[in-house]
Amino acid sequence: MTESATGPAAAPVDDGGGMITRSEAGTPLLSCRDLTKTFSVAGGSITAVDSVSLDFPASSVLAVVGESGSGKSTLARMLLRLMPATSGTITFRDQDVTRIKGQELRSYWSEVQAVFQDPFASFNQFFTVGSLLRRSLKLAGVEKEEGDHLIEECLGYVGLTPKEALHKFPHQMSGGQRQRVMVARALMMRPTVLLADEATSMLDASLRVNVLNVLHDLRHELGLTVLFITHDIGQACYLADRVAVMEHGVVVERGSTEEVIFAPQAEYTKRLLADVPDLRGSLKHHA
Amino acid sequence: MSTPNAPVTDEKSAPRSNPFRSFNFSTRFWVSLVIVVAVVVLGLAGLLYPTGSGEKVGSLYDAPGGGLPLGTDNFGHDVLAVLMAGTRTSLIIGLVAGTIATAIGVAVGLVAGFVGGWLEEVLMGITNVVLAIPSIIVLILISISLPQSSIWSLAVVIGITAWPWTARAVRAQASSVATREHIDVARLSGARLPSILLVDVLPYILSYAVMAFVLQVSGAILAESALSMLGLGPSGTDSLGTQLHWALAFQAVATGAWWAFLPPTIVLTLVSFGFLLLQASLDEVFNPRLRRGKKKQMKQAAARRAKEAAALAAGEQAPAAGADPRPVPTSAGGAA
Repeated sequence: MTESATGPAAAPVDDGGGMITRSEAGTPLLSCRDLTKTFSVAGGSITAVDSVSLDFPASSVLAVVGESGSGKSTLARMLLRLMPATSGTITFRDQDVTRIKGQELRSYWSEVQAVFQDPFASFNQFFTVGSLLRRSLKLAGVEKEEGDHLIEECLGYVGLTPKEALHKFPHQMSGGQRQRVMVARALMMRPTVLLADEATSMLDASLRVNVLNVLHDLRHELGLTVLFITHDIGQACYLADRVAVMEHGVVVERGSTEEVIFAPQAEYTKRLLADVPDLRGSLKHHA
Repeated sequence: MSTPNAPVTDEKSAPRSNPFRSFNFSTRFWVSLVIVVAVVVLGLAGLLYPTGSGEKVGSLYDAPGGGLPLGTDNFGHDVLAVLMAGTRTSLIIGLVAGTIATAIGVAVGLVAGFVGGWLEEVLMGITNVVLAIPSIIVLILISISLPQSSIWSLAVVIGITAWPWTARAVRAQASSVATREHIDVARLSGARLPSILLVDVLPYILSYAVMAFVLQVSGAILAESALSMLGLGPSGTDSLGTQLHWALAFQAVATGAWWAFLPPTIVLTLVSFGFLLLQASLDEVFNPRLRRGKKKQMKQAAARRAKEAAALAAGEQAPAAGADPRPVPTSAGGAA
């Protein structure tokens, strides 16, 4: 699948490389400090994310793991600036982006992109894949003529060709294809950070590995910083360099993948790990 | 892995052709369409009808007959010619007022529902205030204050008093669409507010907008006839309402001249009934859950369910009767 992408890919990879060297190795590309989100509900308030501080070093994969309702999607939406934070700061390239809007926010989005959980709901069902991708051209900062090249290149990263994808409506594609189109859309902006919010949880097992591999390859090819949000500690282990575990809006454990998976400290992490189905164990049990 | 997967469509599944071809229009839809089209044809037929609506062809309330299928009205005009002209006027006012009301309502509702926050409070506050004032009173006051009322000014007046409930309905829909993931995707793609409203929100509420439009047209026709009956209608033009107004003013009911007031009443009833039925049947088209199956399909489904229930009952009885590894017998009696 990289075959079709090599030609046109050369320029943007250089571009991306340049961007990465700009942020020095020591300082994180994207970080948040004491990020908090409180929702007011009838008769009180719920703190979905409670003083979360995380760093995302350039070209690394950080996984945020937690069960449903642990606040990881809220954290993602705040980092994407799709939802205002109650308090705390988000810093991107040493700039405070917590309150930016308008043109500044759009240029933030040209560097920080996302793929969401539901490949069915992420599409506007009335328009084709082609018009979805072409919408991004303005933010990607390319002219119409270059646009077709960019679209072809980004579809190439996820193993699709314009001929088989552009004219299709969302309902004419499978879940895996849709999710790959969503990854392609995010890549159109040549982002430096890609946030995958449960991007694989609605796919079946083989497609899931497919999308995980796409993310893995992209990180190596484009030097992407990936924030991978999942409830599945196994996927985190497969992809991530570092893991943060969230419970009820609080980060209870963080560290390198080896540390967290093989020497968990927090009670909650141990419980999550115990929930991972062990195929060999279960076979013995039944035999 | 740890969670059950949602079923994913087969990669090789053939792409469905045009999704709009699967529209299954009900009998109700065709009946309402025939009624509405018949009324429209009646209005248009007036353009071909030899007698003009202002032509004096007889005296006060000549009974039907002798080349005048519906007799004459109080001015000695041909009632059928007046009826045709009036239907045309009423339809034009209905369409124009319905378009204006729907446009304002959809615009206010879209912005309020999607943007939310203080803008929503302000817009919905205005909407509720307008909604709380009985629109017929506003209509009467505006109509009186207009120096000269034409069918266009009347249509505009009806349009700008009828939008609030459309705005409320659209707001509810728009705020629900606003939380969908594809809106986030559009924002991340750099789309601006007008583009998101028109491309990502409006298509999702278009079915509601169409249904609201149909109701608005029917409501505007009735509002026009109410105003005209009170004598506030368009001056110098025939409409269904002015026809009723003159019939009442010249004692048509008391003198038994049924041909003067019954035809416009029937046409008005047909128009509003036809549009209401059209709206209800469109609801069925847009919302498959409301669709009632055809009799044959329902019978087949009932038969299938009965069969399944019988098989299930037999399956439950068989193991209870004893360890019988044979396949489930079709009749429950076989197990005993």
